[in-house]
Amino acid sequence: MAQHQVNYASTAGLPIALTSVDKLVNWGRSNSLWPLTYGLACCAIEMMASGASRYDFDRMGTIFRASPRQADVMILAGTLSKKHSEFARRLYDQMTEPKWVISMGSCANTGGMFNTYATVQGVDRIIPVDIYLPGCAPRPETLQYALMMLQKKIRRESADMKKNTKQDLTTQTGKKRTRLI
Amino acid sequence: MRKYVPKDNVQKKSYYTDRFHVVPRVPREKVEDEHFVSVVEALAGDVKESYIEIGQLVLHINPEDNFKVLKILKEECGYTQCSEQSAVDYLAKDNEFELFWQLLNITEAKRVRVVCRLANASAIESVEPLFKSANFAEREIFDMFGIKVNNHPFLKRILMPDDWEGNPLLKTYPLQGDEFASWYEVDKIFGKEYRDIIGPENRDPAKIDVEDTKRFSRVGYEVEFGADYSTEEKDIEYSETLLVNYNKKSSKQLDERR
Ligand code: SF4
Repeated sequence: MAQHQVNYASTAGLPIALTSVDKLVNWGRSNSLWPLTYGLACCAIEMMASGASRYDFDRMGTIFRASPRQADVMILAGTLSKKHSEFARRLYDQMTEPKWVISMGSCANTGGMFNTYATVQGVDRIIPVDIYLPGCAPRPETLQYALMMLQKKIRRESADMKKNTKQDLTTQTGKKRTRLI
Repeated sequence: MRKYVPKDNVQKKSYYTDRFHVVPRVPREKVEDEHFVSVVEALAGDVKESYIEIGQLVLHINPEDNFKVLKILKEECGYTQCSEQSAVDYLAKDNEFELFWQLLNITEAKRVRVVCRLANASAIESVEPLFKSANFAEREIFDMFGIKVNNHPFLKRILMPDDWEGNPLLKTYPLQGDEFASWYEVDKIFGKEYRDIIGPENRDPAKIDVEDTKRFSRVGYEVEFGADYSTEEKDIEYSETLLVNYNKKSSKQLDERR
């Protein structure tokens, strides 16, 4: 007959994993990325599709939150108009650290086809971006891939967010670089 | 792509323009329809000109009469819906705006367009008491053209932000925005002093900045992420299997189709 006895003094048959704090923290962070439900234009439809059952973001630990205070990823999905830019920045500021930004679609990356007076020509003018996701609109698979790349990026970073540099919103000629979070 | 032919040779000018080209325009027909005739009669003295365009009655009126005319159209002729109202900028040509109201009679299934010419810098009377849809439409006219609307309940910009400068649908307004528009988000969020730091908008989607090694990789060289581009460039090590050099002149380009 089998012996059902737990020996608490030994390892109980469980493997012991040795790791660094950075890796442990980043493992936690990267596997529960909660994005903000923040759709701006047509790209948002693809973002919603990625969250829904067919593509199923939940299996990656990615659950959309309706409040910036509970979210740690901002997926800027769509055209950011100048009128709205102020609010986008405010939502970004309301998110608690650590936070990351995915710029989804040509419109968010560069203004896209809206080369007009009313569209922000790339959200990196106002918010530091971690992942640029090209496409118009990017397919849900692409957004999943972007999220996986973000997870990869987070795993590479330090657990201490102060040591990680954000993208600087400085002029691209690189003459003068002042950091602006 | 079609070959580019410069058209600045004055001698050949007549070849570049088609002298017999007539700008197509919708034919204007006389008002013969029974219903439309009764509409024109109901408005008797207020209509300057009336004709039919693609089955729609077009009425030209004086801008002062707009409320009166629309009231008669609504209450006596059954045009109970104002489906569209806007303006057209003719400032360069005549120093005037053209305002129009597009009305629909649901029982008769007929449409009427009321058109008037409004001199620059003068105001128009609101038709909001007659048609509720005019509320937003007139705010849009005010926003996009800067035309003031008298007796509007809440005349405020509707599409552009409240602190916006300029009226975007004027023909003099540049498509890519003026000075104010191009710095709007920077001024608003960070303040004017950040203009230098953030830099002007990049309107060229194909722009590549070779000095910026964070955002761009370089063709033909390997540069590390964030490195100073001038010091650290080295040639790429190509191989036959993994990283193939396609710049090599192994292919031949044909000048002509065979
Ligand atoms: S990138 Fe394309 S799909 Fe996405 S918001 Fe812009 S226009 Fe829409």
